[in-house]
Amino acid sequence: MASYSRRRFMKLGANAAFGGLLVYTARGLVSQPSSPPAAEAGSGSAYDLYRPEEHDWAFIIDTSKCIGCGRCARACKLENDVPWEPQCNRTWVERYSFTADGEVSVDSPDGGINGFAVEELPEEVQGKEITKSFFVPKLCNQCEKPPCVQVCPVGATYKTGDGVVLVNRDRCIGCRYCIQACPYGGRYLLPKEHVVDKCTWCYHRITRGQLPACVEACPVGARAFGDLRDPESDVSRVLAEERISVLKPEMGTKPNVSYLDLDGAVR
Amino acid sequence: MMGYVYPNEVEIQWSLLIVLYPFITGLVAGAFVVSSLYHVFNVRALKPVASFSLVMALSFLLVAPLPLQAHLGRPERAFEIFLTPNFSSAMAGFGFIWLSYLILVVAETWLVFRPDIVHHALTSTGPKRLVYRVLTLGAYEISEEARRIDERVIKVLAAIGVPAAALLHGYVGFLFGAIKANPWWSTPLMPVIFLLSAIVSGIALLIVMYIVVMKLLDRPVDHACVSSLAKWLLAFLVLDVTIEGLEILSMAYESEESWEIVSQLIIQRIPISYLGIQLFLGSLIPLVILGALASTLSQARRETATAFAFLAAVLVLVGVFAMRWNVVIGGQLISKSTRGFLSYSPPLGGREGVLAAAAFMMLPFYLFYIITSLIPPWQRVAFEEDEGTPQEEGERQEALPAMGWASSSAELQSGVWSRGGR
Repeated sequence: MASYSRRRFMKLGANAAFGGLLVYTARGLVSQPSSPPAAEAGSGSAYDLYRPEEHDWAFIIDTSKCIGCGRCARACKLENDVPWEPQCNRTWVERYSFTADGEVSVDSPDGGINGFAVEELPEEVQGKEITKSFFVPKLCNQCEKPPCVQVCPVGATYKTGDGVVLVNRDRCIGCRYCIQACPYGGRYLLPKEHVVDKCTWCYHRITRGQLPACVEACPVGARAFGDLRDPESDVSRVLAEERISVLKPEMGTKPNVSYLDLDGAVR
Repeated sequence: MMGYVYPNEVEIQWSLLIVLYPFITGLVAGAFVVSSLYHVFNVRALKPVASFSLVMALSFLLVAPLPLQAHLGRPERAFEIFLTPNFSSAMAGFGFIWLSYLILVVAETWLVFRPDIVHHALTSTGPKRLVYRVLTLGAYEISEEARRIDERVIKVLAAIGVPAAALLHGYVGFLFGAIKANPWWSTPLMPVIFLLSAIVSGIALLIVMYIVVMKLLDRPVDHACVSSLAKWLLAFLVLDVTIEGLEILSMAYESEESWEIVSQLIIQRIPISYLGIQLFLGSLIPLVILGALASTLSQARRETATAFAFLAAVLVLVGVFAMRWNVVIGGQLISKSTRGFLSYSPPLGGREGVLAAAAFMMLPFYLFYIITSLIPPWQRVAFEEDEGTPQEEGERQEALPAMGWASSSAELQSGVWSRGGR
């Protein structure tokens, strides 16, 4: 709000400088001190009223709850028109299998969209005694310090006021430097458009007050989403009270996706 | 594929064309450094290749951005890098660094060849005359005083060009070295390694091209010049191999978490191109050859020494190309999960295939041919094709100092220039 008023003030100040109409400036300041632009625009829908800087979104994954059904990944593909090609995933589920002889095996066939109920174990652990196994859902970490934004040569990928990292498809030149820079493998090139795509935490939904599709589709509540500006929200409570960790903290990216019960073998 | 790779990592993102990009810019940097060794640091032995290397640098520099352009998902948006650059991106600097370097190299080449251009503009006929007249940019003044001024500007440009070349290629190394997500790329040494291997590859290609062009034109090879180039190649190769070796040694000794996957990469995924070609064939053998040449140069026959220098240079070029491959492709073979590897073998056809890459690689040589047919560095004044008697060959060699502005103006004007006219 404050920055909006200032912008308005600057704009009007410029007008005044050109016209020398100081009276006009004063009138402008008085008559439109704080009305939001969305209200001026008219429609007044939730989307129009959305102000990124008033939110601080957070995503929490409880790995102990995930059952590897893959509904999240399917819901995401449908909701966001993600191509069904196996190399295009905004979110995916990984299965970790630990054997008695200390081997760790990871797989995520087709990003887990079909679930793991019918998937055979990876070859290297087949027939061996599995001592520990769990699923880890992955998605864009919407990093506080996103390397993808840092390296984009044209500023096509950017961080919004609420912390979500987005890609402007009309600006992306398809150089794929951001894909190289992302430590989490969260980005991919759209096969038809030849521009980069990634998880947006369903930006079109959260800016309307809805949950991301994957969160909504999860039958066991392994994914939680909310606003840290709201001290009553689940995410605020979990981050304040539970022991959490993030992926690859050594990268210094400061992820905004936090994990509960994350095994050290997960990268 | 081997082990676990993230689902989005099915294919590598930067293909063979991106291997060409650092290879080609490296050749530019190296060629330019040789030219400056003569123009700035007065290494007299390099006189025969001083302007030759400048034209070579220009030819490769013109081609350098093309593989990048061809690789973009949306090539038609390439200019956005100039229009809306994001300055926190290393890549955003490319357009500006490349463009300023291009201006510098074009300016220096023009100044070095200006007397020739003016001479051709005054003496040739037909459409050629028009070309040369345009190339003079209207400046016909080539008096002794004008040339002295030119000479001073060339020195300044050549001097600026050395750090500029270092910046151009150090920057390419930074593009890779600054990617912390990739353990095989992420090292502050990357710009230094790229710069040194760039200089090495540029000198090597200069040795190869100089000898080949001289043979093609049936002109004598200046053995002293090749011998000097071989020594410079040796010096930079020693530095290059040392730094590259130190980098791997530190990684292995520290044995951080990432060493596990990096050592697997070296031993299992790229042993032939890294251990075999880059280190053994492209570094060790040339070091032995060049070292032997440097220590026994006085005894060896000059032709033999040149032949061995040629062989070493070819091996160095193969080695540096392998190095570019090992960095660009090798780095991408490692899954960010550090639990597996991707695989890549370039397709033959298509926009990013072997044939396209070969075409891009041929282009600088073609440009070199076009530029040198206008302003041949080995024939600094306008001799006609049918005048090539052996006697004049010798005189031409005499005339060569013109390129370094070392000769007297009298020699330039009376001895050589008048002969060129029709």
